[in-house]
Parts: sequence; C-alpha cells; structure tokens
Amino acid sequence: MFGGGCVDLTWSASEEAFRGEARAWLEVNVMAWRDRYGGAPASGDTREGFAQHLDWERRLFADRWAAVSWPAEHGGRGATLWEWLLFEEEYYRAGAPPRVTQNGIFLLAPSIFELGTSDQQAGILARMAAAEDLWCQGWSEPNAGSDLASVTSKARRVDSGWVLDGQKTWTTRGAFCTHLFGLFRTDPDSARHKGLTYFLLPLDTPGVTVHGFGRLDGDEGFAEVFFDEAFLADDAVPGGVVLGEPGAGWAVAMATAGSERGLTLRSPGRFVVTAERLVALAADPGSAYHSSGTGTGGLAAGRTSATQSELRRRAAQTWMHAEAYRLQTLGTVTKLAAGAKPGAEASLTKLWWSELDIELHELALDILGPFAELDERWSKGWQFALSGPIYAGTNEIQRNIAAERVLGLPR
Amino acid sequence: MRFALSDEQIAFRDAARELLANECSPAVVRAAWAATAGQLDRRVWDSLQRMGVQSLLVPEGDGGLGLDETYLVPILEECGRAALPHPIVETAMVAAPLLGADIGMATTDLGGPLAPCAHDADLHLVHHQGALLRIDARHATVHHDNGAFTSVDGARRLSYIAGSAEHSQLVTDDPAVIELALDRGALGAAAILVGLGQAMLDLTVGYVSERHQFGRPIGSFQAVKHHLADAALALEFARPAVWRAAWSVAQDDPNRARDVSMAKAMASDAAELVGRQALQCHGAIGYTVEADLHLYLKRTWALARSWGDTAHHTDRVADALGA
Repeated sequence: MFGGGCVDLTWSASEEAFRGEARAWLEVNVMAWRDRYGGAPASGDTREGFAQHLDWERRLFADRWAAVSWPAEHGGRGATLWEWLLFEEEYYRAGAPPRVTQNGIFLLAPSIFELGTSDQQAGILARMAAAEDLWCQGWSEPNAGSDLASVTSKARRVDSGWVLDGQKTWTTRGAFCTHLFGLFRTDPDSARHKGLTYFLLPLDTPGVTVHGFGRLDGDEGFAEVFFDEAFLADDAVPGGVVLGEPGAGWAVAMATAGSERGLTLRSPGRFVVTAERLVALAADPGSAYHSSGTGTGGLAAGRTSATQSELRRRAAQTWMHAEAYRLQTLGTVTKLAAGAKPGAEASLTKLWWSELDIELHELALDILGPFAELDERWSKGWQFALSGPIYAGTNEIQRNIAAERVLGLPR
Repeated sequence: MRFALSDEQIAFRDAARELLANECSPAVVRAAWAATAGQLDRRVWDSLQRMGVQSLLVPEGDGGLGLDETYLVPILEECGRAALPHPIVETAMVAAPLLGADIGMATTDLGGPLAPCAHDADLHLVHHQGALLRIDARHATVHHDNGAFTSVDGARRLSYIAGSAEHSQLVTDDPAVIELALDRGALGAAAILVGLGQAMLDLTVGYVSERHQFGRPIGSFQAVKHHLADAALALEFARPAVWRAAWSVAQDDPNRARDVSMAKAMASDAAELVGRQALQCHGAIGYTVEADLHLYLKRTWALARSWGDTAHHTDRVADALGA
C-alpha cells in the first residue's frame, strides 16, 4: 500500500570508505603533530600555540582535509554534507586540535560561496583553506553586542577606496590573524539594519591597530581592533573589499549568523565524542585522577556508591543529549541536501549545543571532584563552554528568535 | 542516509491527524472520563481501525498493512496530540504484532501493574511469571475495587487484570519476545508523549497570543517567550530520538534497547517540561479542569512513568554504553 524510501540510518559503502580514509589520516597525523611539540602543544589562543596550530592547519590543507566540503578548485575535496559530518566525528574522535581557522572556514566562507563574486571566491577561499590568510570576525563593538544592528563603526567612500573609522572588539584570535570581515555603516544617515556594508580587509591596512587581551581562561584569545582614518583600497582583497552590495551588509551578516548558530560551526561530532569520553570517565573516574605518590588526601579518595550511580546516570543523560543533537542534525542535513535553506530553527540548535557543552563539562568537573580545579583540559573546556551561551548571539536573544520566528509569538 | 518521513508516511500521518481532529475533540476525551466501565465510546477507535492503524504492523498476508514502526510512530504522535483515550499503544504496538489483525481492543499490564481501559478491552495480555498470557475479556477478572485505582487522568480507566489458568492461552514465554514487546510499548508511549507535548505547546502558543495583560498579548513578554522556547527546544530534540528508535525497532538493530530507552527518557522529560511551561503560561485558567490543558497534562504525568520512567531508561542507556 505504501512504498519505502523513508528513514535510512545507514552509511553507504563510499561514505564508510571516506570515513576510513579520514580516520587513517588523522590517526597518523594528529600523533605526528603532537609529537613535534613534545606531545603537548600550547593552546591555539596563545601566540606560541597559534603558530603550532597553523602548522597543523597546513598539514590538513596539504592533504586536502582543511575544508572537505569545498570544491577541489578551492582546496577541498567536494565532500557531501554527510561526508563532512563523518569527517568531523572522526576529527574529534582522533583528538585533533580546535581549528584556529574556523572563523574563516566555517563562518565567512559560506557567505563568500553564497554571495561573493567569482574573483573573490578565487582570490580568497584557497588562501583561507591553506591558512595563508587568517580571518577573524569584526562585528561586535563596545556598544553593539547582542544589539548588533547598533554598530557605529563607519566607512566613507573616497576615490578608489573607503576610509574606515571606529572600533571592533571581542574579536576571537584577532591579534594573530591577517584579515578581518566586518560590518561598517556606509550610510551616515542610516539607522539599525539599513546602510550597513560587509567589508573584507587586511589587518595591516594603515590606520588599523589590533590589541590582544585575555579571556576568562587567561589566554590572549580576544582582540580589539581600532580604525583611525584607515584607507582601504578597493583592491586590497582580491575581487574587492565589499561582500555583497554596499548597504546590504545586514543580509550578508545574517547568512553568516545562520552558519554560526547552525551546524557548521559546532558539528555534533565534537559533543558526541566528548560524551563518549565522559561515559568512560564516569565508569572509571580514577583514570583521570593524579597520583601524587604519597597519600591519597582526605576526601579525595573515595565516592559512595550512591554518588557513583548518580554520576553514571548523568553520563548516560548527557550522552543522550549529545546523540540527540547528532540525530537532529541528520534531519537538518536531509533537508539541506534536498535544497532547503537553514531557517530560524538554527536558534534552537545554538541553544542546544551551547547548553549541552556546559552540561558535559559540568559533569566532567563533578566526576573529577578535587582534581577539577587543576588548570588542565577539562577545566579549560569548562571555561570555554561557558562562552557558548554568550557568543554567536546570547541565548536570551536565541530564545526570543525561537519564540518569534519558530513559534510565531507576537513581538 | 536519510532522516525524514517519506511522502507516504506524511500522507498517512496527515490522514490520521485529520481523522482525529474531526473525531477525537477534547469533548470526546472528556466523555471518556465520564463513561461508565465498559461503556467507552468506540467511534474514533473504529475509524482508526478502518484506516488500518491497529493492524498496521501485522503482515499483509495476515490481514494487516505490513508496515513498520517508522509508519506507526508518527501516527501515534497524532494520537497523543489528540489525547486519544483508547489503548492504541497496547493494541497496535504491543498486542497486534504478537496476536495478529482483528483482535479488537487490547490492553496489557506490561507497561505497569495497572492496565488502561481493561473494562472496555476485548482482550487482555497479562504478564505472569515470565510469560505473556492472552485472556479474552469475557473470562478475565478486572479489579477496580470501586474506583480505588482512579488515575489522575480519568481517561486512563485503570484496573488490575487477572484471569484463571483454564481460560488463558500462552502467547510466549520467550524473554526476547517479551523484551521486544516492552520496547514496542515504551516506543509507543514515547511517541504519544511527543504528541502530547506538541498539543500542549500549540495550545499555549495560541493562548498567550490571545490573552492580553498590561495592554499587550502576554506572549510578547520575554519571560513567557523564554518558557515556550524551552518547551519547543525540548520537543525539537526529543522527536528525532523517537523516530530513530522506531527505525531501530523496525530494523531489529543491535542498539534497539539503547535507542528505545533514549527515546522514552527524552520524550518523557520533554513532555513534562512542556507541561510545566504550558501550565505556567496559562496562568490560573490552566489550573482548572475547565480548560482543556489538563487533559494532556495528566496523560503526560501518567505516561512519563509508564513503560519505564526516565531513571529506568537512563540506567538502561548507561548499561548499553558500558558506563
């Protein structure tokens, strides 16, 4: 009576082959890269660590793993979204490092593919994938955070270029990057979402200065960027410094925001793999404890079986929440593969992964108990997780968007 | 890889939705609260029967539709959305795959010691000493002790069921078959819970968009928006878990137990959260039996702890993961 062609949660032979190839490459190269830095590379949000991570990025690019879903002409391998998901899963399972190029590859690039000219695509994308040009995001300002439409940094049209004035801030890894993509007001009489233009610019443009500063975890992961009568020539970036049309910057930015909140920035693989590690950690918490060789300390030594059962149950629960993200993503990718555009549901996705990340790391700290305060991987991850509900549009804003645009509640 | 309903599944689900919208209004659910034992109105049940829902999982050669759980689950979501008072999970998900088509209305005590609609059912599937027994209603003993087992949800019509050995037939004593029946029941309950959650969310979105205070619709206040965004969030991520479990059961996947338990835990948690937010956003009107909200809310409370509660299923996931 009714035909098939419904749910199919199996991977094809070619997808499995792709996964196998990625796994094999990662297994060898993650180890080789780590070994080069004494087995413990520094954080990519420090000057020293950033350089080490660039070495990693260039290894990825050399074997065309830097941007797998991009066409080969731009340095990718034309992988499908499904294959990209598999790659991400393998990437995190292999313990490969955070991508210091991510704001270019995962935030800016989708907008360049969608709205950039062919000259911009040809001149920008491959260098981005190769980690030759390193892109950071210049959106927020001291007085324009959640209320992004209130940006006041200006760009004024002059002969064969633009003059930029103003200040951007909270620019992730800005002190280490070479280029910035950002929103500037080009119509001085405009307000809010109108009259904004999306610029692409080299950070060595005269009149641009960058100051790095510390994040919650102490790393120099943030920068503020000052523009003081900075002259940006039209040809400072191949294909031109404006992405999309002048004055249409808001629409371009919203395309980027869709990627940021949706799946490209934070793929499920990262959370699923963290959850798997927590399940193992909950089963054997001692594996993460440090033995000092003398004594066990007072309260550190043991856990009651009731506490142990509770931690085990929480581990299963967080695994379910991570797995639910993976499943929801499979649904999203099914729709995208059929030609749909990401919609306001991305705000629900952002709420889920950001709160999931906190849940995961909170559990890790609870499993570690007195060892949780050590400035190591899990406490670092915890501090990073805490930024999730703040960046990419605070979760309060996301809840407003979900209520208004998904549920249709009155503004 | 494909994770979406097919056009046929959507068409079937939408047909069920329309049927239920027409024939299972809140008035029908209320009538089930009021009906005396054995007098449950069967009109909507019979319509679903004509559509083939009750025997959807039964092979075509045996008089069913020969379809799998990925078809039945979206329809059960609709049954939840309508708060259908009849034992559709017990019949379509649990009894029919074991006993075949045309068994009428079945109930079982597999999901908990008390069975829903036992006075009204034609057939009882009783769990007894590691075996599943079939007892026709005319031979069954139904204990309700003058209302001692009244559910908070009057449409549940709960009873203990039992029967004498001479009138019972052994269905199976194979633990694997019983475990599959339990998994199907938990999956069915999870699907109903997602539907209940959706119904409560829809009702509340409608209410807060209409209700004015301080000169504005209360749905324009951020505090209200955030409650309902949380409700939508929980459902958005519980539903795929339920669909995946349907697929795992249909495929007899090695992870079936894990996936069903994940579905039930997440659907129970989501529906309960939606229920809390719905009640809060309705304000005092929601705190009455006059408003329809309570019909869905109380079914949610009941089903969240039937067929295994969240702690049970979470522990089962932990077992499967080797935690």
